Amino acid sequence: MRKRLLLAGALMLCLLPLFAGGSQEQVSAQDGPIEIFWWHAMGGKLGEKVDAIAAGFNSSQAVYKLIPVNKGSYAETMTAGIAAFRSGTQPHIMQVFEVGTGSMMAAGKAIVPVYELMKRTGQAFNSADYLSTVTGYYTDPKGNMLSMPFNSSTPILYYNKEAFKAAGLDPERPPKTWAEVEAYSKKLVASGAVKAGFTTAWPSWLMIENFSAWHDTPIGTKSNGFEGKDAEFTINNPLVVRHHENLAQWQKEGLFRYGGRQGNADALFSSGEVGMIFNSSAGYAGAKASCDFEFGTGMLPYYDDVKGAPRNSIIGGASLWVMGGHSEGEYKGVAQFLAYLSSPEVQADWHQFTGYLPITYAAYDLSKKQGFYQKNPGTETALLQMTLNAPTANSKGLRFGNFVQIRDVFNSAQESIFSGEKSAQEGLDEAVRQGNALLRKFEADNT
Amino acid sequence: MAVENKGGILLLHVLCIIGVALILFPMYFVFVASTHNVQAIMQKPMPLIPGTQFIVNYARAIASGSRMAGAFSASGASMLKNSAIMAVGITLGKVVIAFLAAYALVYFRFRGSTLFFWMVIITLMLPVEIRILPTYKIMADLKLLDTYAGLILPLIASATATFFYRQSFLSIPDELTEAAMIDGAGPLRFMVFILAPVTRTTTAALVVVQFIYGWNQYLWPLLMASTPDLHTILVGLKAMIAAEEQLPEWNIIMATTILAALPPVAVIVLMQEQFIEGMTEKEK
Amino acid sequence: MVSKQIVFKQKLLPYLLILPEAVIILVFFFWPASQAVLQSFFREDPWGLSKQFVGIANYLTLFSDEGYLKVILTTLYLSSVVTVFSLLGGLVFAWLVFSLPKKHGSMYQTLVIWPYAVAPATAGVVWLFLFNPRVGIAALVLEYFNVDWNYVLNGSQALLLVSLAASWKRISYNFLFFLAGFMSIPRSLVESAVVDGAGRLMVFRKVILPLLNPVITFLLTMNLLYSVFDTFGTIHQLTQGGPNHATETLVYKVFSDGFLGLDLGGSSAQSVVIMTAVIIITVIQFKFTQRKVV
Repeated sequence: MRKRLLLAGALMLCLLPLFAGGSQEQVSAQDGPIEIFWWHAMGGKLGEKVDAIAAGFNSSQAVYKLIPVNKGSYAETMTAGIAAFRSGTQPHIMQVFEVGTGSMMAAGKAIVPVYELMKRTGQAFNSADYLSTVTGYYTDPKGNMLSMPFNSSTPILYYNKEAFKAAGLDPERPPKTWAEVEAYSKKLVASGAVKAGFTTAWPSWLMIENFSAWHDTPIGTKSNGFEGKDAEFTINNPLVVRHHENLAQWQKEGLFRYGGRQGNADALFSSGEVGMIFNSSAGYAGAKASCDFEFGTGMLPYYDDVKGAPRNSIIGGASLWVMGGHSEGEYKGVAQFLAYLSSPEVQADWHQFTGYLPITYAAYDLSKKQGFYQKNPGTETALLQMTLNAPTANSKGLRFGNFVQIRDVFNSAQESIFSGEKSAQEGLDEAVRQGNALLRKFEADNT
Repeated sequence: MAVENKGGILLLHVLCIIGVALILFPMYFVFVASTHNVQAIMQKPMPLIPGTQFIVNYARAIASGSRMAGAFSASGASMLKNSAIMAVGITLGKVVIAFLAAYALVYFRFRGSTLFFWMVIITLMLPVEIRILPTYKIMADLKLLDTYAGLILPLIASATATFFYRQSFLSIPDELTEAAMIDGAGPLRFMVFILAPVTRTTTAALVVVQFIYGWNQYLWPLLMASTPDLHTILVGLKAMIAAEEQLPEWNIIMATTILAALPPVAVIVLMQEQFIEGMTEKEK
Repeated sequence: MVSKQIVFKQKLLPYLLILPEAVIILVFFFWPASQAVLQSFFREDPWGLSKQFVGIANYLTLFSDEGYLKVILTTLYLSSVVTVFSLLGGLVFAWLVFSLPKKHGSMYQTLVIWPYAVAPATAGVVWLFLFNPRVGIAALVLEYFNVDWNYVLNGSQALLLVSLAASWKRISYNFLFFLAGFMSIPRSLVESAVVDGAGRLMVFRKVILPLLNPVITFLLTMNLLYSVFDTFGTIHQLTQGGPNHATETLVYKVFSDGFLGLDLGGSSAQSVVIMTAVIIITVIQFKFTQRKVV
């Protein structure tokens, strides 16, 4: 035992130098290239692609070295970035999901708006090059771009062509309206090809946020929060209530099957349980890999008695925020990288590889020219839907603080409605009440 | 009191097999999933027999870390090394400080010992995740972010090991101490040459518990490390799952899950006898 | 406090001995904990750019939220189910293995302890897969028995799933301790009871169980602590507290409001409430059981 104790002691001593020698981070800045840290939440294949982009940028010049670091999920990445800022160890670039946008905009000196960064560093930059429906989500009321869109997606319809055929439906004609979704679902279920007609991923994003934009209806006052932190939610309006009444009814009849939050409903579609799913356009590659049947895509359905529908869908995904508190030399590198990221070649490659939207018109055109949409039918649906009409104040995007928690409130309300625990009106009234409480809290916290 | 008749033994075996099957089924399931392609996993029902993609998936699981464009993302080897350093550091740290503290609590009377004991008890209660944001700030103030010390230290502030040692020491007969005193052994000699050997099985059990605890940490290493150089294998694993809008590559994730679970499983399986012995001795 | 009759006389040495542990828990436990206490009286944006003292407003908000009561009840329910389930599972298993001849038993022993080594973060993923409505194997079995399994919408099913997943790892842990407990029981005691003609169950109830008392008390404490505090990782993986808050526990709420939702003041107030409750419970428990506990 004595020997073992000695051994343990010796081991401890060996570990001590390790304790001392940390902080490799800033040390080499003088000798080597200037290091730029980019915290992101891209896992798996996407993470590999992010690293490839960084490698491409690093080999394109010798002054800067971009270092991407995976910090877990979107929520974890954002919290890590905020904790780091409070301790003065923040990265240069941080990827933030769209629901975090409200909090980032209120971040004052913690961030450097992208348009300002470009001006300050003299980087050539024209915000008109970017898809306005994408950047709209990330601009201030004057139209200045605050963050750089990176991975944006929008929800679309995916449908199982084989199940459609089995049910005697035209596999090239997806439903256009909710009435058709209902009718198709009935046929699909009756044919025995599937257990339920349709499901949805990301329930709040799809059935409240995008549903409202698509029907040119606000989900909150003050232009969906763009014009002030004192906004209030209005999702207990007749349209959203009507839609949730229908969904609850369809759930009861077995036409709709709730599949859980986030992307959890994926499995219902890829396993052939349901014939249709509403999901992020970025799920295209995943669906290709996991479905052993042919599927098609279509635009989101609408109620054809609603004036102004369909308008355009809004985005989800994440954008890149530049963090405050770094040196001008480093910001030059950040600006240069953002420009590199926006170049048509890099964008088109990212778009085609991941299924996220291209953020510039040039990248969209390049993809067209390369014949990408011909070769991969169904991939352009998202773009056509995004750009169907010019966005209005109701379909430009959302800007609410505390939206991470608010989305949780919305999801909870939807779950209580779909399970029949509450009526659509009760559930959405409650969601508005709790959501407004969180908005007031955000307003109070950020004054 | 072992059962001796043949029928009884057979029945026990049947019951044990059912139980083991139930308990191990999730693990088996993971293994099966790690040997198929994604398409097969997403079907209904998922196959229950291992597929043909074993080599492909595991090769990718092992390589993916380093294949992620090499320069940035940590390689699988480096993540494993970090996990090992963290787990060993937490184990050694906890065992050593707990041994010393428990020794003081049991073998000495000193002012403040009750207070200290209560302070230790309270730390049993709050997992690091709850106090994680203030802890981060403190680590930043102490300039310990992105260091192995920063990885390890906050995770050794807990009481379990101190408790175990305290109980173990209390069960040691006073005659042993008496004899040592008569032989003229001082407290340090007693501690090193008598107490440590006598309680070695408790130490072994604690090593197992703490190693597994340390190896399986996730949230703190993720938050603390701002460079991939300090990523652990679990951080890497979760990075694969966090595909957000996209479909995760479940087969590769499952293969990595198996790889990441191997070291702690090996530790508990290899040390199970010492572990049980250590726990048994405590109850004397 | 239980203590030795014979102790060393040194005055300074004990302080040196506790020094490392004292420093560690002061710096890494009490310092952050005190920060949380302070924070609970303030209202602050996540970035720390503005901060105002609000007295006990955060606590008032918390206690006027009727949802918080539901969270407390969920926590109590979940922790009792997990504790009972994993203790019983471990006990039964250990008894089976102990009853077998040692050679046979050790084979099972080796297999049963595996789950203990699996990281909570990955255990959640495994269970997600098993019970995925309609696709997961377990869900298919349930479907076969005509159970309408949809835990993403049915709160009690979600709670059951979380309880199962949380108990799973724990059964291995309890198994080890129980087995150790059985092995430490003097054979002569058991044998003499058997000679006296007592049946197997009788021996278990009258001889073995009383001797296991300290182990059970210890495991009860450890399992309760585990199920209250360490299950949030499983919850996060499986249900994120849903559907409609059905699986939201006290600790998960701290985690989701604080770490994910970045409501620093509110989540600190929750932490303080939990800490206070835990300290009170611990004091009471130790006052009553310190002579018996292990």
